[in-house]
Amino acid sequence: MSGVTSAELPWNPRRAERGWLARLLDSKPFLIAICLFPAVGLLLTFLTYPLGLGIWLAFTDTHIGRGGVFVGFENFESLWYDRVFWSAVFYTVFYTAVATVLKFGLGLWLALLLNEKVPFKSLIRAIILMPWIVPTVLSAITFWWIYDAQFSIISYVLVDVLGWKDSYIDFLGTPWHARWSLIAANVWRGIPFVAISLLAGLQTISPSLYEAALLDGASPWQRFTKITFPLLLPILAVVLTFSVLFTFTDFQLVYAITRGGPINSTHLMATLAFQRGIPGGQLGEGAAIAVSMIPFLLFATLFSYFALARRKWQQGGSDE
Amino acid sequence: MNSFTRRGTLALGAGALAAGTIGRDARAAIPMGNATPPQARIESGATLRVLRPTKFVDADETVFRENSAKFAAQTGVQVRVDFAGWEDLRPQTAVAANTGAGPDVVVGWADDPHIYSDKLLDMTELANYLGQKYGGWMALPQRFGKKWGTDQWVSIPMGGTGSPCVYRISWAKEAGFDKLPTDHDGFLKLCQGLKRNGHPAGFALGNAVGDGNAYCNWLLWSHGGMVVDEAGKVAINSPQTLQALRYARELYQTFIPGTVSWGDVNNNRAYAAGEIGLTQNGVSMYFSLKNDPRTAAIAADTAMEHLPTGPAGKLAENVLLLNAMVFKHSRYPNAAKEYLRFMMEAEQYDPWLVGCGGYWAHPLNAYGESEVWRSDPKLAVYRDTNTVEYWSGYKGPISAASGSVAADYVVVQMFAAASSGQSTPEEAVREAERRCRRYYR
Repeated sequence: MSGVTSAELPWNPRRAERGWLARLLDSKPFLIAICLFPAVGLLLTFLTYPLGLGIWLAFTDTHIGRGGVFVGFENFESLWYDRVFWSAVFYTVFYTAVATVLKFGLGLWLALLLNEKVPFKSLIRAIILMPWIVPTVLSAITFWWIYDAQFSIISYVLVDVLGWKDSYIDFLGTPWHARWSLIAANVWRGIPFVAISLLAGLQTISPSLYEAALLDGASPWQRFTKITFPLLLPILAVVLTFSVLFTFTDFQLVYAITRGGPINSTHLMATLAFQRGIPGGQLGEGAAIAVSMIPFLLFATLFSYFALARRKWQQGGSDE
Repeated sequence: MNSFTRRGTLALGAGALAAGTIGRDARAAIPMGNATPPQARIESGATLRVLRPTKFVDADETVFRENSAKFAAQTGVQVRVDFAGWEDLRPQTAVAANTGAGPDVVVGWADDPHIYSDKLLDMTELANYLGQKYGGWMALPQRFGKKWGTDQWVSIPMGGTGSPCVYRISWAKEAGFDKLPTDHDGFLKLCQGLKRNGHPAGFALGNAVGDGNAYCNWLLWSHGGMVVDEAGKVAINSPQTLQALRYARELYQTFIPGTVSWGDVNNNRAYAAGEIGLTQNGVSMYFSLKNDPRTAAIAADTAMEHLPTGPAGKLAENVLLLNAMVFKHSRYPNAAKEYLRFMMEAEQYDPWLVGCGGYWAHPLNAYGESEVWRSDPKLAVYRDTNTVEYWSGYKGPISAASGSVAADYVVVQMFAAASSGQSTPEEAVREAERRCRRYYR
């Protein structure tokens, strides 16, 4: 047998002529580009373009039904001297701060309770979620009735049933009553989100840590501060960011309950932007108000990202 | 607890009313003059799209649709009528005007034809014909139908809803008044009396599109105040406005607590529950009371009369007007005009007027003879709705700015701030002036 090795007679298959398409599809940069395209396209169309358009509108004097021209910082200048705008900025920050603190305090407490062994656990958890599941406008209308000047159930109970007060409470008619009433409604609605998210975080903490702590004789408070809280912090930071963003940009509750009244004292920046931009027709000014929210939102996001999500701190290290 | 919203309860009431009175003979009384309708051939193969605000009264939609179907049957022009929410109508009109697409005919709000007047077909011939045939146009429709300062018509006003004073007859008697006083002092005394007897007045001072603007514009106009002068220069900061604000503060002391937060439905609810003895509203509330057996007694004890008038005894009540326009971009302009003519002719218009129970009061004098105004003597006050000579943005041109000032509640908030004592009248008027300047720049 004449042994012919491949070395002597190299196998030489006919090399397929690769078409341009095949070569293109083999090229890595092209593949990256084409795979990213749908995502980037969606982002550009539905996020970047509207955001960019919003920012552009803020620098024009566009009205609904009539185009506008570039006016530079004119809208912002006018807002600077606008008492209603500053009261909206104040109330937005106040609303966000107070509601977030309350939501986190109560939400964390609720999560800790739910993490204990309680009967009908799943049922209770489902019920807890109710305020979050109900469409906001429905709960807003419920609160609107609860806060009604003439037909409020709270006033009815206090005045007609218990006789503790002699006149109905004017929940939405005086600025501070209205402000606190809205915060209460927002807290009621927001607690479930915080509680359920934190509960999920709590359940990821290994029970062995608590057992070890028990053996070392740690008190419940020590277990909370040294184990639960540090290990919960990463999820806390995420939930906090979301919660702050949701609260800061809240619209439905305020619009459905007070429409920004009495006399603009409960306008949030979001409702004021809508009020000026759509019913008021001044799209440019409305956009300027909306754009003014961006620095606040960036600050809130960066704060919770950098201040709360620092790994060192989470692992019990201290800041140098 | 029952919620007495205008929308829900009125639907029942006026529906029932309509069923009884719509008939061929109902329109027999409308006097007609001699006039030849504009001659224009309807384009062959024409179809029309009509956009109008949604109904408050069932008959408003059903009769409107019936009339449109009748037009289709007689002319072969298919008509599609879309009903938009009250707050969506304005943006939708803006889109139609700017894109040059969409509905051919928009039955819009009072100001809108003036904002888009260069995009609308001229209506002069049709308006003159209707005016000649039906005893002339009333004052407010003339203001809103004609382009500012000219005799050129840009739209066909179709009806207006006013808001006179609504009060309890027996409680006013108890306070020592057999009739509503026609002057501001007397009106204040009546309200003070009502308050003393535990039946306070209540007017919306919140961001209420209908009732808030109605109350505050009445205060401003009836004291001789204005937002801008004839040239469109901001003129709200005047002694008359300050006087109105001081009066409003006095009157506010006689209100039930909470009116600063009131929206459009609160006064209806409080009145139906007997919590207040006097307020201001369209005809809708009366119908809802009258047609509900539980509140029929309140309706029987209710009277509706004009609020104290402005200088020289002129009615100073706020009217919400339906104003129909045809866009130049319509492919069938003749059909569109013919449709509007058809809808305004007595054969169609009177059943609509009657069906709505006077909710949209007529813009043409002859319809003052309509059966609807005789069906219940208490409705008579609404018959004069369109004789008002004040308009949103009085006394300047009707423009985008006047619309924006109203939509941003500048006047309402000025009165609310001064009434509740949150600002002094001087501060309130300065703030309003600043905001008006921003819109009228």
